[in-house]
Amino acid sequence: MNALYALIMVLALVIIPLLGAGAAGWHALFGVVLPYLAFTVFVLGFLYRVVKWGRSPVPFKIPTTGGQQESLPWIRQNRIDSPSTKTGTVIRMILEVLLFRSLFRNTRVRLFKDETQLSYGSSKFLWLGALAFHVSFFVILARHMRFFTEPVPALFNWIETLDGIMQVGVPVLFATEIVILLALAYLFLRRVLVPQLRYISLPTDYFALFLLFAIVISGILMRYFVRADIVDIKTLTMGLIQLQPEVPESIGALFYTHLFLVCSLLVYFPWSKLMHLGGVFLSPTRNMPNDNRMRRHVNPWNYPVKLHTYEEWEDEYRDKMKEAGIPVEKE
Amino acid sequence: MAQTPSPDNLVQSIDYTPPRKNWLDNVPPEFRLGNFSYPAKAGELESFFGYEGAKEWSPMDEDWQLPENWQEIIYEGFRERLEKYRSLKVFMDICVRCGACADKCHYFIGSGDPKNMPVLRAELLRSIYRKDFTTVGKILGRLNGGRALTQDVLKEWFMYFYQCTECRRCSLFCPYGIDTAEITMMARELMNLLGIQTNWIMGPVTNCFNVGNHLGIPPHTFKDIVDFMVDDIEDITGKRIEVPLNKKGADILFVTPSGDYFADPGTYTFMGYLMLFHELGLDYTMSTYAAEGGNFGLFTSQEAMKRLNAKIYAEAERLGVNWILGGECGHMWRVLHQYMDTMNGPADFLSVPRNPITGTVFHNAKSTGMVHITEFTADLIKNNVLTLDPSRNDNKVVTYHDSCNPSRGMGLLEEPRYVLNNVCNQFFEMPEQTIREQTFCCGSGAGLNNDEFTEMRMRGGMPRANAVKHVHDKHGVNMLSCVCAIDRAALPPLMNYWVPGVDVTGVHELVANALVMRGEKERETDLRGEPLPGKED
Repeated sequence: MNALYALIMVLALVIIPLLGAGAAGWHALFGVVLPYLAFTVFVLGFLYRVVKWGRSPVPFKIPTTGGQQESLPWIRQNRIDSPSTKTGTVIRMILEVLLFRSLFRNTRVRLFKDETQLSYGSSKFLWLGALAFHVSFFVILARHMRFFTEPVPALFNWIETLDGIMQVGVPVLFATEIVILLALAYLFLRRVLVPQLRYISLPTDYFALFLLFAIVISGILMRYFVRADIVDIKTLTMGLIQLQPEVPESIGALFYTHLFLVCSLLVYFPWSKLMHLGGVFLSPTRNMPNDNRMRRHVNPWNYPVKLHTYEEWEDEYRDKMKEAGIPVEKE
Repeated sequence: MAQTPSPDNLVQSIDYTPPRKNWLDNVPPEFRLGNFSYPAKAGELESFFGYEGAKEWSPMDEDWQLPENWQEIIYEGFRERLEKYRSLKVFMDICVRCGACADKCHYFIGSGDPKNMPVLRAELLRSIYRKDFTTVGKILGRLNGGRALTQDVLKEWFMYFYQCTECRRCSLFCPYGIDTAEITMMARELMNLLGIQTNWIMGPVTNCFNVGNHLGIPPHTFKDIVDFMVDDIEDITGKRIEVPLNKKGADILFVTPSGDYFADPGTYTFMGYLMLFHELGLDYTMSTYAAEGGNFGLFTSQEAMKRLNAKIYAEAERLGVNWILGGECGHMWRVLHQYMDTMNGPADFLSVPRNPITGTVFHNAKSTGMVHITEFTADLIKNNVLTLDPSRNDNKVVTYHDSCNPSRGMGLLEEPRYVLNNVCNQFFEMPEQTIREQTFCCGSGAGLNNDEFTEMRMRGGMPRANAVKHVHDKHGVNMLSCVCAIDRAALPPLMNYWVPGVDVTGVHELVANALVMRGEKERETDLRGEPLPGKED
């Protein structure tokens, strides 16, 4: 049911540009106004969310330690999973953000009821699927930079060459297009097929996946099947980036659909779970060093609390203490 | 008291298939004896928190008689905590529900209840957050996974945030480090605002504040207990030892959980500390005011935690010690390592801890001024200052249970292992997915070690027990060692239920068994009065 709601929403997002830019021909709206609007919402929204997180203090230093602490000099510390220095913490974060180190630990438990036996197997598929999706996404994003740069920097050309290294088909098939489709399919199927995941999945979880699917598919259609005029599209995109928008007449509805879906993603992004992109950097269990007993962490809102002082306490127990021969302050 | 099902029946009852109905359609949770903890006494809520209007109630009641404006109280409390804790705010926003945490929770593994998946446990809170604190949530409502705050939601909170031991195992596997312990703490704080709290937490908190320890043992009784142990030690070793209490000007203040001097097998570990300190001629003292290392405030609210913890530094300052040594306890070390200095520091009246016997300076504790006893003992052994006869532990085949907090909230992994390997000859590790940073909870942490909760404790402890069973069957392990007082209380019944034939010990009990004291008589028994290997006749 939840998946169905999400599918309907994404289909609606596909129909809007088909009608608006296709049938009604509002190219300026879909080619210029909405992209500017979406980009603004994305940037401001993203900043707003990060600033909002940042305005809440971190009262306690609470790293989740994943290895041996720094203690006696002859005990080998795990400097990455239990870092006590800034460098170690930065390395931990880099591995987390770029390589999904925590997800790499993933295991799967199985219960054999008749033998009352639990077993834990390594389970790397989620890690692989997640990494495949994210890497493909960023490569595809980098490839698209050719639409916003002139001359195109060498880096983007290299990435494109690398992505098409299989040299299959005309135009050359990009590996990331296949990978991202497979990864999205995997991420979707596990949500539907694994009962626990189906149980926890919200419409918004499916919505993000379907929206990405729609973006990728519309992109692939344009490249291989319903060829779009690259030169005209670049005229439009360069116009956008140079703040001198120009709308070539020949651009078709498929391109506007692709663009509108991307705009939808940009607008949706800051208000959704997709903000894990920004949030992961602010997670106190990962971005803080395990140096708690070496360097004091200050809680900005630390306040005095009601205590039961030694003096009050001794008043209550003095006689008994003296009788038992325990030293007291006041005889 | 509810009848706990037999191990076979319990295993057969585990069903990982979630119900068909959407969890957002509030289904009130089914409270039955064995799956919840009794509520706190009204008097204790009043005396400790100054909470007014506390009632006697039961979670099994249909109507919880909440204050009229209870939703407002929760919203206000939630808003305040979102502004105070970045962790809460970020963790409410960034979960993608990937499900990596789902089967990492011991309560999920042992119960199959989908609301024990860490992701869904957090969603119980997030669904309210999304509806009432986010723009999109206000517009999209249920499509965005939001739902209204009703009494049934509150019942779910009570059920499932008191079925979480704040062990942080899920947090280790989360790609964003979302820490359910943090979420559970916040949810418990929110429920506190309505006077919803459990007896087994509130009792110790009140005792610790008023008397000085969780168990409410007053100073003179504390001394009686210590004297009794000194007698036992004399019987076993022939050595009469002194235990300084409230001694001003001592070098070191020693603080340990009250569980260590209250019940077996913790008491043997306590005797172990005393024998070790005597043998070293250590200039130390214990305090009858700060007579508790543990801190059930951690399971209540940060304010309660701070109020209880404050005694340790206050007493160290009053007695004029140079540094503090802490005994074997799990959650106690979470507080000491990650909270104490921030809450009640800076401890500028202390020096950087220095082992007076070996001269080793504990740079890793230079700010907090507090050292873990296994760091201390590992240093002693490394410097060869102890005479040890590990063969006295030869009738024990030992494995080691990492407590959740020292492993995932501190990183204390090698120190106890180094000590164990020097005091016993037969040591075997459990499977790697169940130890060190991946360790499984005893099933009774975070204030859940009460009798009425036994069925859930046996369920939650199943993964731990199962790993013990593995080494019990394979290597004949008969002794489960640990550095935690809750473990020493919780693991014996757990072993009895799942792996009969395995006993539980603290690390320093084994140390004291192996410790050859100067001028001691030839020992016939270990600290438990059981014959030593070769003295069985």
